[in-house]
Amino acid sequence: MPIEVIFFFEVLVGGLLAGVMYALVALGFVLIYKASGVFNFAQGAMVFFAALTFVSLTERGWNFWLALVITLAVMVVLGLVTERVVLRPLVNQPQITLFMATIGLTFVLEGLSQLIWGSQPHGLELGIPDIPMEWLSQKWNINISQFDLFAAFVAGLLVAVLAVFFQKTRIGRALRAVADDHQAALAVGIPLQHIWAIVWAVAGFVALVAGLMWGVRNGVQFALTFVALKALPVLLIGGFESIPGAIIGGLIIGATEKLAEVYVGPMFGGGIESWFAYVVALLFLLVRPEGLFGEKHIDRV
Amino acid sequence: MLYREAGQFKSTYAQDQQIFPIRQDRIAIALLLVFAFVAVPLIGDQYWLSALITPFLIFALAALGLNILTGYAGQLSLGTAAFMAVGAFMTYNFVLRLPWLGIIPSMILAGLCAAAVGIVFGLPSLRIKGFYLAVATLACQFFVLWALQRFPWFTNHSSSGVITAQQIVIFGVAFDTPAEKYLFTLAVVVVMALLAKNLMRSETGRAFMAVRDMDVAASVVGIPMMQTKLLAFAISSFYCGVAGALHAFCYLGTVEPEAYTLDLSFRILFMIIIGGVGSILGSFLGAAFITLFPIFLNIASGWLSHALGVEFSHAAVSNLELIIFGGLIIFFLIAEPNGLARLWQITKEKLRLWPFPH
Repeated sequence: MPIEVIFFFEVLVGGLLAGVMYALVALGFVLIYKASGVFNFAQGAMVFFAALTFVSLTERGWNFWLALVITLAVMVVLGLVTERVVLRPLVNQPQITLFMATIGLTFVLEGLSQLIWGSQPHGLELGIPDIPMEWLSQKWNINISQFDLFAAFVAGLLVAVLAVFFQKTRIGRALRAVADDHQAALAVGIPLQHIWAIVWAVAGFVALVAGLMWGVRNGVQFALTFVALKALPVLLIGGFESIPGAIIGGLIIGATEKLAEVYVGPMFGGGIESWFAYVVALLFLLVRPEGLFGEKHIDRV
Repeated sequence: MLYREAGQFKSTYAQDQQIFPIRQDRIAIALLLVFAFVAVPLIGDQYWLSALITPFLIFALAALGLNILTGYAGQLSLGTAAFMAVGAFMTYNFVLRLPWLGIIPSMILAGLCAAAVGIVFGLPSLRIKGFYLAVATLACQFFVLWALQRFPWFTNHSSSGVITAQQIVIFGVAFDTPAEKYLFTLAVVVVMALLAKNLMRSETGRAFMAVRDMDVAASVVGIPMMQTKLLAFAISSFYCGVAGALHAFCYLGTVEPEAYTLDLSFRILFMIIIGGVGSILGSFLGAAFITLFPIFLNIASGWLSHALGVEFSHAAVSNLELIIFGGLIIFFLIAEPNGLARLWQITKEKLRLWPFPH
């Protein structure tokens, strides 16, 4: 193959795999939005909080799995507390009020995590090296990181687990019922508040996974909270309510962003990745205003 | 008893349509203006004027701009800081490149530039709503800041990216001291707040509110959707642009992209949520709260460490402030979701009867 084509594929695959990382964060947004209609801006802070808690525990000599379980427990408790303290008193408020409350929650989480664990950046190692795979680079001269593939695998596994959870379990069915129609779900006896607590706990779990993946890639530091901003265009494309949408949107954003960075960026002198994803998302929205997989709303007068 | 319109008869249409129909309101506003224009510069010291009151007024203006868009026209925007940046940078460039123009026309032109940017990034609002729109306006935030840093024309090829704002001179009178800058800011803010108050009870303002309450219904009764939404974006961005110009020229003294990050957009959104969405008074109350609160926290933590005899580390204090700030926002939203302006309304209702039970 000519070198340009190989390079193109390398960029494309790298972008797709980066997109999986975005999708991991976007998943947390989707879960909460689907079940409670809350646009949870604190997802980025939750990712940071989870990663920082985990890495601080392991650095204090805790066993990997023990640290993982404890962090998970912390995230679940965080979800429960959030539901009890923030969401429950704000039931039936306009969406923007809930959105603002989650921004407040972002501040609390950012302050809390740094107050407890300090603000210095940490490195994170999961045992999977972030280096190109040898046989691929030898055979086709394509450099693809082993860790990227691992992250993609984890994301796929996570989506599969969530799909089974949503489709097969009793709680999952209740979650879908709540997502479809709050009032109808209440009418058939589904306890709304339990469901919200569960959803926040699950979102905490997703945040933990995303935090670990991003922590390995960029180090566990405050900049991790900005990952949420990368996930927002993914939501625009995929729709706020769709789990597969988050994955597909992530892939689209990742691929176009990397390709644009390489092929279009130099025309503007670089640095376009801060806004390019948003512009791509906007173009998608002009065609499909509710995202690729979002629910169509019909307005009645 | 104190706040009662009984006995105030309106015998002409002009009386019926004035901005403040109740005499007590007119007296209160007049007293407030006299206080702000005369007493504050006399009693306020340099720190108060330059670090507290002037930024409060500037943020109130920006919050007013966002309130026109979000509170009255119902379009959620997270790009406020970008519009402010456009205003600041364009004022700088107009003053630099067209010095004969004068500062006030420069600010107006810069505001119009911000309005143009607002219209462009308001275009998606014709297709998308709610949070989709909010996230879409983030594109504006990131794109504008990128463009300002990327193209050296905006910063006049300054190597550091931080440029000193020019002196404010109107008809040969220079505005240099904090008190003078305060008066300049106050004058601009008062004029624009009155304009906004009037605008919101005009046909345009009512069209905004109709679109906010239900845009499909509004278009069914014949309100032109495109024109109304884009006008809301334009007016709001104009206000934010002028606020940005004041922010750079009267408060910071420098023009730099770093001052207009997403953080600022959120702060201004907080102001209108805490002050009251869809209320002009609310913009001012919210701005006062958000500007003064961190300073109050700072003083309180100073007292606390003094009283306990413990020296808090700087990082711990700033993290604690973050937690308390976030917690207070949540508390406010729970306690009074309609904002401080609603509290003021309740107070007025009470004052009608006070001190009698009914």
